[in-house]
Amino acid sequence: MRALLIQGLQMAVVLALAPLLTGCVRKVKARLTRRQGASVFQPYRDLIRLLRKEVVLADNASWLFRVVPYLVFASTWVAAALVPTFGGGLLFSWTADLIAIIALLGFGRFFLALAGMDIGTSFGGIGSSREMMIASLAEPAMLLTVFSLALVAGSTQLSTVAAMMSSPDVGLRVSLGMALVALIMVAIAENARIPVDNPATHLELTMVHEAMVLEYSGRHLAMIEFAASLKLVLYLSLIGCIFVPWGIAAPGAGLGDYLTGGVAYVAKIGVGAVLLAVFETSIAKMRVFRVPDFLGAALMLGLLGTLLLFVSRSL
Amino acid sequence: MATIDVTFFLWGVAGLLIVAVAAVALGRSAVAGNLVYPATFVLSAAMLVMLALHLMSAPGAILKTTLPIGLPWIGASFRVDALSALFLGVVNFGGAMASLYGLGYGRHEDAPQRVLPFFAAFLAGMNLVVLADDAFAFLLSWEFMSLASWALVVSHHRSEASLRAGFIYLVMASFGTLSLLLAFGLLAGPAGGYGFDTIRAMAHGPLVVAIVFVLMLLGAGSKAGLVPLHVWLPLAHPAAPSHVSALMSGVMTKVAIYGFIRVVFDLLGEPAWWSSAVLIMLGGVTATLGILHALVETDLKRMLACSTIENIGVIFVSLGLALAFRSGGMELAAALAFTAALFHILNHSVFKSLLFFGAGAVINATGERDMEKLGGLIHRIPWTSFAFLTGCVAISALPPLNGFVSEWLTFQAILQSPDLPQWGLKIIVPAIGGLLALSAALAAACFVRAFGITFLGRPRSEVAGQAQEVDRFSLTAMVVLAGLCLAAGILPGFVIDGLAPVTQAFVGGSLPSQSSLPWLTIAPIAEARSSYNGLLVFLFIAIAGWGTAFTVHNLATRRIRRSAAWDCGFPDPRPLTQYSASSFAQPVRRVFGSLVFKARETVDMPPPGDLRAARLTVEVRDLAWDWIYTPISDGIVFAAVRLNRLQFLTIRQYLGLVFLALVSLLLVLALWT
Repeated sequence: MRALLIQGLQMAVVLALAPLLTGCVRKVKARLTRRQGASVFQPYRDLIRLLRKEVVLADNASWLFRVVPYLVFASTWVAAALVPTFGGGLLFSWTADLIAIIALLGFGRFFLALAGMDIGTSFGGIGSSREMMIASLAEPAMLLTVFSLALVAGSTQLSTVAAMMSSPDVGLRVSLGMALVALIMVAIAENARIPVDNPATHLELTMVHEAMVLEYSGRHLAMIEFAASLKLVLYLSLIGCIFVPWGIAAPGAGLGDYLTGGVAYVAKIGVGAVLLAVFETSIAKMRVFRVPDFLGAALMLGLLGTLLLFVSRSL
Repeated sequence: MATIDVTFFLWGVAGLLIVAVAAVALGRSAVAGNLVYPATFVLSAAMLVMLALHLMSAPGAILKTTLPIGLPWIGASFRVDALSALFLGVVNFGGAMASLYGLGYGRHEDAPQRVLPFFAAFLAGMNLVVLADDAFAFLLSWEFMSLASWALVVSHHRSEASLRAGFIYLVMASFGTLSLLLAFGLLAGPAGGYGFDTIRAMAHGPLVVAIVFVLMLLGAGSKAGLVPLHVWLPLAHPAAPSHVSALMSGVMTKVAIYGFIRVVFDLLGEPAWWSSAVLIMLGGVTATLGILHALVETDLKRMLACSTIENIGVIFVSLGLALAFRSGGMELAAALAFTAALFHILNHSVFKSLLFFGAGAVINATGERDMEKLGGLIHRIPWTSFAFLTGCVAISALPPLNGFVSEWLTFQAILQSPDLPQWGLKIIVPAIGGLLALSAALAAACFVRAFGITFLGRPRSEVAGQAQEVDRFSLTAMVVLAGLCLAAGILPGFVIDGLAPVTQAFVGGSLPSQSSLPWLTIAPIAEARSSYNGLLVFLFIAIAGWGTAFTVHNLATRRIRRSAAWDCGFPDPRPLTQYSASSFAQPVRRVFGSLVFKARETVDMPPPGDLRAARLTVEVRDLAWDWIYTPISDGIVFAAVRLNRLQFLTIRQYLGLVFLALVSLLLVLALWT
């Protein structure tokens, strides 16, 4: 019962925090470029406005085009609900391990890329093609990072990994450092952030994610933007619970621990959002065909970390 | 309940052979088509029922029989154990589905007399390979299977491409059979023990084991499509009619893997550790190269054939891991890897058949298999599209369908490998794990492209805009297979438990019972280590997606306005402005192309004032041809030209040659001891 409550609370928390996080990143970026910026609550207003608008659907849109926003949203939400945020002991944490969580995100991307091709416009096609190219390098890098973590913790189960990471016998390891860097690079690419992609542009030939969802409007667009915010929360929570596991309430802890966990969680993703904004402001967007080099570096780091662990468990 | 005997299955095979003969007798009459597919369907289904009865009434029992045909002193022996039972299931299920599909699809065949007899014979051949229990029966059935499938490949013999594919297939198949012949010769030893029982009981020296392993890799690997023996596969599989392509890709490659497992895991004893390293490396390279080739292919059926190569690679990686774990004495890990391989064999036979059926339906509806001329089919043939989409999600290893489960099991097996004793393996396995992850991600890109270009967007040709949904039989076959993709994905525990007897018999261990775990979760080693629940993932996505849609529709708005596409304000009505299959693959060609297929893009831009259209030419090469096959064929031609002189000698020169040969042979005999 208690586990169910925590699970439900977590699902609500990630949903409630996701637009706020996006708003915070935008606000910090605006302030860093000496603009006033919209309120941090603007994404909520955007979502509500989009939800109320009618959908303008292209004449030749198929049923797939109308189903995909909900599929993408649902799969991202399910994945985000399985990453420990403020406390462990989620009821369904054993449903999907880290590999399955990555695959769930892949499921959402698969359908989003299909939707980009449904109308038959050149923008949709270019977006889908590039998104899949980026994913085809980001996903193996992510999986190799998971391999390193799994070898350290002896498990691919995220709750076990998080518990192991907060225990004192992990210590500083070269392989974990490489995994962290690789994971951050993958997170940047997967969330369509600068320098891989630019979430704020619509009229640039280098755009990837935004080109793919160009034909969406109204509630469909709201779902897709919500899913993108959820994905950002997911990656920040993932990095938080693996590499900064302090404050996460142990399964079966008291109410006070959960409150501390909640505060710690908000602080963690808040810091993450600020760091992301600072990073994004300080770097320029890459050319599309530099992205494989960027992700290739992540892939190599992941592979190197895994290799080190295969050679010796203590590295 | 009556006990099932091997003879029951042999009667089934005999029935298939009779159907084949009858089909020859019927020739081109219209009755043939209406008779052959129902007959093969009934026979395959009957064999499946017998298999089910056998597995239920006497699980684990080994059935044997010897028929007084073939070599007089040993006869022909047949046997059904856990492994043969599994592959009998694969063969006959695939056969039943292909027959069902053929009931509708086969009506469009121009020359049914070229397909029908060989279809039944092909099914009979594959069944016999799986049943055979001595080297002669095995080789004979293997060759029978190869020849029957060759006849099917050249059934559309008027096209130049089919003939070329048939020739290359024939050469590769003969080479494969030759390797198998030598392998069994070595296994039988000087005493000539050709029965599998005798071979199993014999002790083989390390050199023999090593040579037989390599020969099996050549023989079974060439049939399965291991790189670099894969070159015939993307030519031959698509050349046959689509339901036969499904059988060749989905089932015959599995029969080849059966042969490999039978010899290497069963008859050979304990191969040295490097053989598992070879398997793992070859598998990883095969997987990556296969999917990269699939990604640049624009012919729908050839793309599917290339993706078969990828899946064979994945299976061989798991088999190599199982071999390594078994020789390292890690039974549980070996069982995990072996289960992953067998699960992927089952999965691939299901979704590859489904995808080939879908491709066949597209060809039926449009007469076109070039993706660049298709598009927009989701509006015209919705049911086929849905089934094909299911197959695409499954083969891209995405949850909650079945492809993900076997991929997940493979990754779990890879994570067990730091405990292996050999340093070589410790270095290879993580790198190959990376390659597998890469090929899984590329597979997703490949099938986004395949479905997106073929079924979505606007029709790129007139025929694509006028497609008609296929007949009920073909649809039924596709829907059944799509349902199985989902069922095996959300209830993997039952499949894993069903595979337990095979792993127990071949790697000496089995995974703990999975279907009894709460919520039908699978946790191959321990729940704290790794677990996955496809059923809940499916339910969560379904409930969350439907709940969100319901809430949004009721609380916000459900209004929709249809209008022209937005396309950033510049919509162009010409379908040619869409992304094409080659443009979709361009980033991948650019990233991997120069390394893997020497891809070259040349743009022919007319000078200003010239009104000629600009042209982009894309050249992609298979390096296996350039590096291996072209030198070999050049060498053969060179030698043939040189030896040609021997045809024009005088009688004295011939006599001299004979004398020389005699003397040198006698010398060899004298010096031998």
